Amino acid sequence: MDKILKMVAQRLALGLLTLFVVSLIIFFSVQLLPGDVCQEILGQAQTPETVAACRRELRLNLPWYERYISWLFGILQGDMGRSLANQREISELIGKRLGNTFFLAAFAAVLSVPVALVLGVMAALYRNSPFDRIVNALTLSSISFPEFFVAYILILFFAVQLGWFPSISNVSADLGFWERIYRTALPSLTLMLVVVAHMMRMTRAAIINLLASPYIEMANLKGLTRMHIIVHHALPNALAPIINVVVINLAYLVVGVVIAEVVFVYPGLGQLLVDSVAKRDIPVVQASCMIFAATYILLNLTADVLAIATNPRLMHPR
Amino acid sequence: MTTETGRGAKGDILLTMRGLKIEGQADDQWHVIVHDIDLDLRRGEVLGLIGESGAGKSTIGIAAMGFARPGCRITGGSIVFDGIDLRAASEEEKRKLRGARIAYVAQSAAASFNPAHKLIDQYTEMPVQHGVMRKAEAEAEAKVLYRRLQLPEPETIGFRYPHQVSGGQLQRAMTAMAMSCRPDLIVFDEPTTALDVTTQIEVLAAIKDVVREFNTAAIYITHDLAVVAQMADRIMVLQYGHLVEEGIAREMIAAPKEDYTRRLLAVRSFRKQGQAEIDRDKPLLRVENLSASYGGTVMVLKNVSMEIHKARTVAVVGESGSGKSTLARAITGLLPPLEGRVFYGGEEMPPALKQRTPEQLRRMQMIYQMPDTALNPRQRVRDIIGRPLEFYLGMRGLDREERVRELLTMIELEPDEFIHRLPGELSGGQMQRVCIARALAAEPELIICDEVTSALDQLVAEEILKLLQRLQDELQVSYMFITHDLATVRAISDEIVVMLQGEIVEQGTKDEVLSPPHHEYTELLLSSVPEMDPDWLDNLLAKRAAAS
Repeated sequence: MDKILKMVAQRLALGLLTLFVVSLIIFFSVQLLPGDVCQEILGQAQTPETVAACRRELRLNLPWYERYISWLFGILQGDMGRSLANQREISELIGKRLGNTFFLAAFAAVLSVPVALVLGVMAALYRNSPFDRIVNALTLSSISFPEFFVAYILILFFAVQLGWFPSISNVSADLGFWERIYRTALPSLTLMLVVVAHMMRMTRAAIINLLASPYIEMANLKGLTRMHIIVHHALPNALAPIINVVVINLAYLVVGVVIAEVVFVYPGLGQLLVDSVAKRDIPVVQASCMIFAATYILLNLTADVLAIATNPRLMHPR
Repeated sequence: MTTETGRGAKGDILLTMRGLKIEGQADDQWHVIVHDIDLDLRRGEVLGLIGESGAGKSTIGIAAMGFARPGCRITGGSIVFDGIDLRAASEEEKRKLRGARIAYVAQSAAASFNPAHKLIDQYTEMPVQHGVMRKAEAEAEAKVLYRRLQLPEPETIGFRYPHQVSGGQLQRAMTAMAMSCRPDLIVFDEPTTALDVTTQIEVLAAIKDVVREFNTAAIYITHDLAVVAQMADRIMVLQYGHLVEEGIAREMIAAPKEDYTRRLLAVRSFRKQGQAEIDRDKPLLRVENLSASYGGTVMVLKNVSMEIHKARTVAVVGESGSGKSTLARAITGLLPPLEGRVFYGGEEMPPALKQRTPEQLRRMQMIYQMPDTALNPRQRVRDIIGRPLEFYLGMRGLDREERVRELLTMIELEPDEFIHRLPGELSGGQMQRVCIARALAAEPELIICDEVTSALDQLVAEEILKLLQRLQDELQVSYMFITHDLATVRAISDEIVVMLQGEIVEQGTKDEVLSPPHHEYTELLLSSVPEMDPDWLDNLLAKRAAAS
């Protein structure tokens, strides 16, 4: 157990280091964005003098390293600064939207992970049967279409023609849970169609890969049922690769929601990011990117720890 | 407990196979791998199936459970188990028989136990799934059987994971598992092949004991006649899926009828003739106080000193974990030793491989246990052997081609036929010959052979030993021969080094080491090698019991 704690501590430290590197990359790549926030803000009213005054006020005239250091220390203290566009606290701006994004990701995950695992196990169980082929074909086609295409197709059928769900996922804080589910159904479905294929195929491959092992032959010769063999003997040993692919997809659900949020005009972090890039609202872009990066690193850390926790050789040393 | 109602008496026919035909798939074609085998097994009888790889013995053994491995199919004949026609039975009927009435013990217990579950859970799932017992009962039973099979700490050993238990213990735990539903028949598929000789004895004794105790019929599959002589009442000798000879074990060992059986019995009778003189002052290789470790605090090699002389063969013997392969790695510099020195031809060698000059590397070559993994599957024989010629001797073009052909002739492979082949187009023995040629290409004075015959069938292995000996006589090359097999040691060595837990416990000429008085461990090792005498195991166990 001590070993695992040590492992987790090590990975956490590495994660922090990664995050630091990521902060540098984000800061510099955002500097590379063309255009100038003061010109954006002032619009028609800009003169060289007003732009210079604006830049002074927003501290854009300072050298990059001073701005980077004050930004980094701000983040370390939980202060992400103010939006350049509207002077509001970024934490306040992001807070609610982050919640919305996590809600959507969680909803999509709750839909897609069990479906992917069950389909994967069934496909492995009935390998090369018509069922297996159909599932493979369907999931492959769903992953082959671009997200926005899937989203518009879903809108066309479920919102326009059948009228079951709203085409715009407009949510606010006072909305009840079920109303929220109802309004986010289509974006969740879109995300699910995008991630299920990957997870399902990995589950299937990981299990089939194990079916050739001597201990599976042994289980067969012990007269166990196919279902028992797959669930009890193959699945536990396939967990490490499956967990990895599930977590990568979960990370994608949080980080990759941008398109789905924009299509469904969902007030999440992705949409905020897109808007802020358009407005050259650099602190908001940086803060959003840092949150995405942290989520990604944290989820990967979880995958590593889970992979170890499911390995009896590491959990129960000799 | 031993006899239950409804199960026939000893001596009744339990299993019958008639005209069994099994096909295997290779290169998208089906080939017959088992031809018209007839087999009868009575209750309480132990039938030995023996043969080399490709004999179909394992395939037949599993067919007794109505099972064919992926890539195999049963295409003809009948299999009747206790009145049930297994070829006509549905999958579900067969599933209910497997484990419950016919159980299986696999060759590698380490691979056949599921690494994710505790031993006792893998034991109990069989009786529980077959509805024979409840889990608590099965657990209690398991402990009784563990004790019966002389596993240490029978009360708690079941709660360990497979990787926490040694190979010999796992094999006994697997035998216990097979016994869990008190089957009528157990198929033992090479249960001791992967074990060291001293461990093999314990497992053989345990199996023999429980099979007798519960009056279980068994099919015992092995390639080792001496082992089967201890276990079986009757023996079937197989080759290429055909029955060669069948008979009562004692009678067959005493008087084999067929030539193939005689050859199997006579295997290991090869002995090296004559030996080179030793120049005491000028050893080819001298190892002084070598110690090595794999990065940890545990010393795998402790203060080892030895010598190898020109044109002599030194056998390094020991069981798995004795450090004999590590010694080879330390000498070659693959694992730089922590302490000690290696002298080669009077010159001190740098400890690490990287510090050695190509010339120093050239003079010492190595051959490995698994020829299939030691050869690049994408290179043709010409390039495999040609590469060291280029690298060490700078040969190119026609020179190189000619030398490759010469080497192929030396290892008794027809150059025109083999020079274009890929490793996948060679048999195991042929691959090992190519490995030998590759080592010879560098024109070394010493070749380190790491278990080079262990993965080969006995008759093939003997041919390889003869080839190595001929090459030594012709080229005056020295061998360091690492092996766990004492028969190989007897065949080829001039001197013997016995290793145990990283230390040399005894070394000397073959006669000194192999004739009494022995070191205690050498004695144990020597006495554990199975002999053809069918009473050998019982006598040995009685002798050891009396001594302790």
